[in-house]
Amino acid sequence: MSAPNKNYDPVEVTALTADEVERATQAALTAIAAAKTLDALKEARLAHAGDKAPLSAARAEIGALPPQARADAGRRVGAATAQVREALKQRQEQLEHERDEQVLITERVDVTLPYDRQPAGARHPVTMIADKLSDVFVAMGYEVAEGPEAEAEWYNFDALNIPPDHPAREMQDTLFIAPPDGSPPGARSGMVLRTHTSPVQIRSLLTRPLPLYVVSPGKVYRNEALDATHLPVFYQIEGLAVDEGLTMADLRGAIQAFVDTLFGAGLRTRLRPDYFPFTEPSADVSMECHVCRGESTKPGADPCRVCRSMGWIEIAGCGMVNPRVLVACGIDPDRYSGFAFGLGIERSLMLANGINEIRDTYDGDVRFSRAFGMEI
Amino acid sequence: MRVPVSWLREYAPVPEPYDALEVGRRLTQAGLEVEAVEQAGHDVHGVLTAQVITIEELTEFKKPIRYCRVAVSDAELTADPATLTGVICGAVNFKEGDRVAFAAVGAMLPGGFEITAAKKYGRTSQGMICAVDELGIGEDHSGILVLPPDTPLGVDFAEYAGLRDDVLEITVTPDRGYAVSVRGVARELASAYQVPFTDPAQTFVPGEDASGIDAPAGTADAETGNRDGSTGPWPAEIGDPTACDRFVLREVRGLDPRARTPLWMQVRLARCGHRSVSLAVDVTNYLMIELGQPLHAFDRAKLHGTIVVRRARPGETLTTLDHVTRTLHADDILITDDTGPISMAGTMGGLATEIDDDSTDIVIEGAHFSDTGTAKMSRRHRLHSEASYRFERGTDRELPLRATARAAALLASLGGATIVPGATHAQVPVTPVSISMAADYPDRVAGVVYGMDTVVARLQEVGCEVRSTQAGQAPTIAPWRARAPEPPAGHDPARNHGAHDHGGSHDRQLTVLLVTPPSWRPDLTDPADLAEEVIRLEGYGNVPVRQPRATAGQGLTERQQALRAIARTLGAAGFVEVHSDPFAPADEADSLMLAPEDPRRPAVKVANPLSEDQPQLRTTLLPGLFRTLVRNVGRGFPDTALFETGQVFLPRPGAPGIAPILATDRGPTEAELATLAAALPDQPPRVAGVLAGSRELPGWWGPGRAAAWADAIEAARSVGAATHLAFEVRAAAEAPWHPGRCAALYVHGSSGGEWLAGHGGELHPRVIAAYGLPPRTSAFELDLAVLSAAAAAAPPVHGPALSAYPLATQDVALVVAEEVPAAEVAAALRAGAGELLEDLRLFDVYTGAQLAAGRKSLAYTLRLRAPDRTLTAAEATAARDAAVSEATRRTGAVLRA
Repeated sequence: MSAPNKNYDPVEVTALTADEVERATQAALTAIAAAKTLDALKEARLAHAGDKAPLSAARAEIGALPPQARADAGRRVGAATAQVREALKQRQEQLEHERDEQVLITERVDVTLPYDRQPAGARHPVTMIADKLSDVFVAMGYEVAEGPEAEAEWYNFDALNIPPDHPAREMQDTLFIAPPDGSPPGARSGMVLRTHTSPVQIRSLLTRPLPLYVVSPGKVYRNEALDATHLPVFYQIEGLAVDEGLTMADLRGAIQAFVDTLFGAGLRTRLRPDYFPFTEPSADVSMECHVCRGESTKPGADPCRVCRSMGWIEIAGCGMVNPRVLVACGIDPDRYSGFAFGLGIERSLMLANGINEIRDTYDGDVRFSRAFGMEI
Repeated sequence: MRVPVSWLREYAPVPEPYDALEVGRRLTQAGLEVEAVEQAGHDVHGVLTAQVITIEELTEFKKPIRYCRVAVSDAELTADPATLTGVICGAVNFKEGDRVAFAAVGAMLPGGFEITAAKKYGRTSQGMICAVDELGIGEDHSGILVLPPDTPLGVDFAEYAGLRDDVLEITVTPDRGYAVSVRGVARELASAYQVPFTDPAQTFVPGEDASGIDAPAGTADAETGNRDGSTGPWPAEIGDPTACDRFVLREVRGLDPRARTPLWMQVRLARCGHRSVSLAVDVTNYLMIELGQPLHAFDRAKLHGTIVVRRARPGETLTTLDHVTRTLHADDILITDDTGPISMAGTMGGLATEIDDDSTDIVIEGAHFSDTGTAKMSRRHRLHSEASYRFERGTDRELPLRATARAAALLASLGGATIVPGATHAQVPVTPVSISMAADYPDRVAGVVYGMDTVVARLQEVGCEVRSTQAGQAPTIAPWRARAPEPPAGHDPARNHGAHDHGGSHDRQLTVLLVTPPSWRPDLTDPADLAEEVIRLEGYGNVPVRQPRATAGQGLTERQQALRAIARTLGAAGFVEVHSDPFAPADEADSLMLAPEDPRRPAVKVANPLSEDQPQLRTTLLPGLFRTLVRNVGRGFPDTALFETGQVFLPRPGAPGIAPILATDRGPTEAELATLAAALPDQPPRVAGVLAGSRELPGWWGPGRAAAWADAIEAARSVGAATHLAFEVRAAAEAPWHPGRCAALYVHGSSGGEWLAGHGGELHPRVIAAYGLPPRTSAFELDLAVLSAAAAAAPPVHGPALSAYPLATQDVALVVAEEVPAAEVAAALRAGAGELLEDLRLFDVYTGAQLAAGRKSLAYTLRLRAPDRTLTAAEATAARDAAVSEATRRTGAVLRA
């Protein structure tokens, strides 16, 4: 910056004419606007706002002006300088913004690229359904009871009022545990692979305090070859309530609450007589088809695959606990009564999720479990 | 069972027109599940009764062919035969003048088969003379159906023969033996429609009908029916009163072997799915279906000496009607004569005494055999017949006399036989069952007030005799059950739930019903059985729905919650849950290279395995997962991680291996329950996982990463973490793992004890080969019982105090011998660094040229922080130096130069 000129020569300060300032300003603004990059802008800044720029030279000359002209020239040059500086700032911001935008554009990726880096895991849908059904009853105040899969015959049959040689104890359905090596021919171990989860009822009655509300999901075994509709190993869930004054009306209430929770309110349930040795009276439970709600039974209606256009779906077996079962567990049947119900978990899964081949649940094919993910 | 509605309506006159589907619905609601309602004979149209007027034998063909002229009205009988309808027929079992079923042109036969005029064998055949099978009433195609001479002419055959019917297909539950008969179903139908029921067993009373006279002398003494065989029916006696408590023989002679089963009976048998065999067999089958009493017919000429009902003797055999020679078991119930066994009671007759085409003198057997005895026998010989099906469900003890009398009468009227008067009747006295039931018991079971009148009426409908009386107490179980012996020593009195305390509800006088069930309902033994009868007949639909009472449950146990958390953890880590086959081959332990003393070597064996290749139960979850993994790899999923939770079966050393069958008329004692528990195998819950192929797949992000031992151990660690447990990992050499790549995983109890929770790592190459697994397959298995016990014993997680002071980090590289486990170095660093150490992380492991052979360098970052101040550089260095010197002391580690 030049020091104030005490010895100025008015003839030499042509740069301070209004025209000159205006011209320099316009030249600066044009150059700034024309700068396409930050580098170009930097050059423009040097050229038009740097020390050697015309406006800078003009400002340096102000001191050389006669005092009476200084104010006017100073105002003119100051305004021009401010205008150029503002233009530079705006252009700078604009170009920086464009540069930043450009970075974001060049950094763009294809977000549709798959990232299946780790093959997906999954839980087994049968376990998930068992958990879900258990939770319905747990929410109703039931507790989850468990028992061993290799079970004493007494728990699996006798205590449940299934006497020896009863047709309900058909040999070919049960897998028996072999007696110890060296036993005489025809000897029996008195142990089986449980054919239903009902022995857990007996264990609960023997070990838990009354009143008793339990539900027992679990694996059961049958001597049946694997085919499209039979599994040698499958899952059941059973409920048992023993309390003072329980009646079939309470049983119906529990079943209705179960159906309401699983399928939403408004589906009726129906009991029809059936036979289980451990309940008397016994019944099978049907509910109105949750898919067609009975519409498929009307003439001319579309058929329903789920209920086979029957309008009802059999979902469970149930009944009032046979007093003989209570007696076998040392419980006074004159004081206590109870109800029990049981259903097949694979069947529930097939109903709810449209599975046609029951053996898919047993095969261990990863595609089957993966289809259901982590929650059902 | 298949039953035509027309037969039911004979005894339960449901008014016409009835809706067959409604009949099915009402029976189902009463407890007889009608699976299907089949319309039979409704598709038969245009078949007329006709008479064959002329037969012209056409001899120019390879087989006999007849051209017949048939008359279809009385008027046509006298017409010129040449003007009558002509028809070709290939059968020869008829003659001119016989009456037949004639399907005229335009007629429809079962299956939508329409009769058209056709040129056959050079003649125009204007219809068809029908055989039994063509009419849908049997399988016989040996000749055409010849009708009785008194058959009216020109009437609709379907109408005349009763072909049009509705047949119910009923599945009878095992408790309702009485319902495996027209008699039983008709009783339920009458109840359902509230129409009067006629008991078919009562329509024919032996002794009142001339053809079935029971001479007074014929009703024999109690134990034996032994009579002089020359004048009365064949003699018999009961040798084993536990096998049979009533045995009746009747006899007919002079049966015309050519006598044919009448059309109406043939039609009914066909509708029930029975083939017409011969008059004698058809009559016994017909009565079995109608009454539920199986009957057996012997050819009298083939019998030798008094018939005795007894158990089998050693070495006895019998060739049964199906031409199978059966070796008999000591518990088998036999009908025998002087020659030995002649029939397996209630199961199948013997071939040697079978009636044949020439039999004229018939001995008819009707008996009441032991239900369990016949059940065992038919199961033992895998011989299930219509008779055994009924006997094992319990038959009516009052039927043998009546059913045999009706059989004799039918053989007399239909087959021209003469009835030998009287009956041989052997029986064992039986105490009648009587049940006391509080009159309001059904109300209390159902939660409905029926009232005593309804209860009594319904029980009477079932056939019970009911008397009412007053009493102070009416046990829920029949009295003979309720009087359980005093609890034996050791019985927990607390579990007796106040057997003598009825809360005052029985102090007042009750109306008690004394109920005698009918002879056909051996299933009715307890008040609960009677309550079911009342409730089902009143309709289950009329039982109200009562809102559940809220009970105070404790929710899932910690163990149950942990199991779910573990499954979710593994699922989220890329493992797929499977349920593998729990059965194992006998050589599994060898395939797994288990040591001789390995507790997983002894296995629980199945007495009747599904497959001889897999005779035992799993002792570890791993092999099932191996097989499932191989299956998945085979299906094109080489990069697979699987897991399973489930029980394994470990025989208890020294266990008796036999569980006693306890009593059921009282609660078991603690000691008794302990004997059951001791016999059962140990069944610990396990979780296991297996993984192969790529743990991470290659892709646009870069190369993949093979699944390895570390992934298996990490998965096991994540299972521990799901239950808030941290494993201590130690090197191990456990089968079936690679001895250099196997970790034993320990949990520590708060009291300082430690438990082995399981193992993880890469599998042994020979195990990998034995199971056909992909190379480098890795696996883990943990005992969930150990995890739950440790988790339950562990104190609750203590929330950390979070310091906001700055972090100081110190990196150290330590050189140790290669065999020194990193875990030990880390433990030493932790111990040495003291309380300032917030965390420690191993960030590099180096072996190579820069180190001496057999040495490795472990590089750790120590994160140091004080709770109350900013650490100085000197403090951080001091902590690091203390850590290093402890590592040096414990493991010989030296700071890497």
